[in-house]
Amino acid sequence: MNYLRQVTRHLLKDLQLEWRSRDAINGMLFFSLLVVVVFSIAFDPTGNPTTTRQISGGILWIALLFASVTTLNQSWAREVRNSVLDAQRMVPAPPSALFLGKALANLAFVTVVELVIAPLFVIFFNVHALGNGWMLTAIMPLGTWALVVNGTFFAALGLRAKNRELLLPLLLFPISVPAILSMVNATTDVLTGDVDPIQPYFWIKLLAAYDIIFTTVCLLLFETILHAE
Amino acid sequence: MDEMVLEKAQAAAIATQPQTAAAELREVSKVYGAFAALRNVSTSFEMGSCTMILGENGAGKSTLLRMVAGLISPSRGSVATFGTTPQEQRGRIAYMSHAPMLYDELSAGENLRYFAGLRGDGCGLCTGSPEMALRAVGLDPHLKRPVGQYSQGMRQRTSLARVLQSDPELLLLDEPFSNLDVESAEMMVTLLADFRTWPITSGPMAGIGRRTIILTTHQAHLGAPIADTTLTMRAGKIASVLKREPAI
Repeated sequence: MNYLRQVTRHLLKDLQLEWRSRDAINGMLFFSLLVVVVFSIAFDPTGNPTTTRQISGGILWIALLFASVTTLNQSWAREVRNSVLDAQRMVPAPPSALFLGKALANLAFVTVVELVIAPLFVIFFNVHALGNGWMLTAIMPLGTWALVVNGTFFAALGLRAKNRELLLPLLLFPISVPAILSMVNATTDVLTGDVDPIQPYFWIKLLAAYDIIFTTVCLLLFETILHAE
Repeated sequence: MDEMVLEKAQAAAIATQPQTAAAELREVSKVYGAFAALRNVSTSFEMGSCTMILGENGAGKSTLLRMVAGLISPSRGSVATFGTTPQEQRGRIAYMSHAPMLYDELSAGENLRYFAGLRGDGCGLCTGSPEMALRAVGLDPHLKRPVGQYSQGMRQRTSLARVLQSDPELLLLDEPFSNLDVESAEMMVTLLADFRTWPITSGPMAGIGRRTIILTTHQAHLGAPIADTTLTMRAGKIASVLKREPAI
């Protein structure tokens, strides 16, 4: 119970900091909007509706992935500024609570961006779900959590690195391949609706398993990362 | 492997001794690349003492303080606080660095309430609450401005309030008087002298222990009235140790 209270305190603090500065959400919104517009111009969604439908899942996730990276890279910057991280290290509280609070805050930020981008994406790419559209309510949060939990962890890992801006995508993208594959395929299956309806379930299960494994590993290893010199 | 066995033996030897030292360093060295910040330093800080560490820039003062805080580990030798590792004593130690260690976007009160909440057990009995801690350092607890808009001196005082509210038995202060005007610095000295008299009300030393302060400074005249030990460092080594009765 006390652990959950600690997580909530970290989460509320990060939400409050973002509310005051709006650094993360504004940057992500601008970036993802740019990607969606550029791709919609490049692929002519009205001229090639079938092709567009087949690649739209990939475009949506790529836009969100790139946008998330810009925010995740900055997610620990507030802790490093003014050496607040040292104060966090001195607190007699579980470090994993700090990690979980920050990951949940990042999830909230990316979710806000998804809620804004999704309708625009539907308009620009002229798509709607031909399969089971409700499945997106499972695919989107599971896929977002997969990006956010690893991104938050690897951003912390690169805190003391000189090229941390470069380090995050270098570490995050390869390790996220199974998750990206699952979320893109599941989303494409839902949007095209022309495959075996069992298929999206497989990808969702894979995504859920990925989330459980990587969340556990990140929580277990975060203390080592936090106190590394 | 031998080094690990030796470190464990040293830690065990420290643990079996009667606890009179709040912090103890044994043959400690810290090397950053080719630069040795500390060279074979051995010293102890008695419980209830106030030690002022003097020295030029790069003498190893901050490294020593961060090591006692458990924020960095020695390249060689061992560090113990209250008989065990600093990491095991986090609830009893507070550290104030020359950076404010506060969130710029939050007000002083919000910062203090956040850190007090993380401790779980609320605030120290002597400072009572984040509001009282802020009043103790001469700041208005109802100030809504974010810390990022404070002057350096106000940040420094908020930082002091942050460490005092945690009710520490061992208080580590890195350059606490820098950025402060004369009046604020003198007020801080009086507050620190008062802090030493606050009773310890929780933990293993409740009712019997006394509070310990270790501070580094370039302004010796400010620290001198409360310090009973003056330790001078030069090139990563302890050059001299001077003990005397504090004026306050």
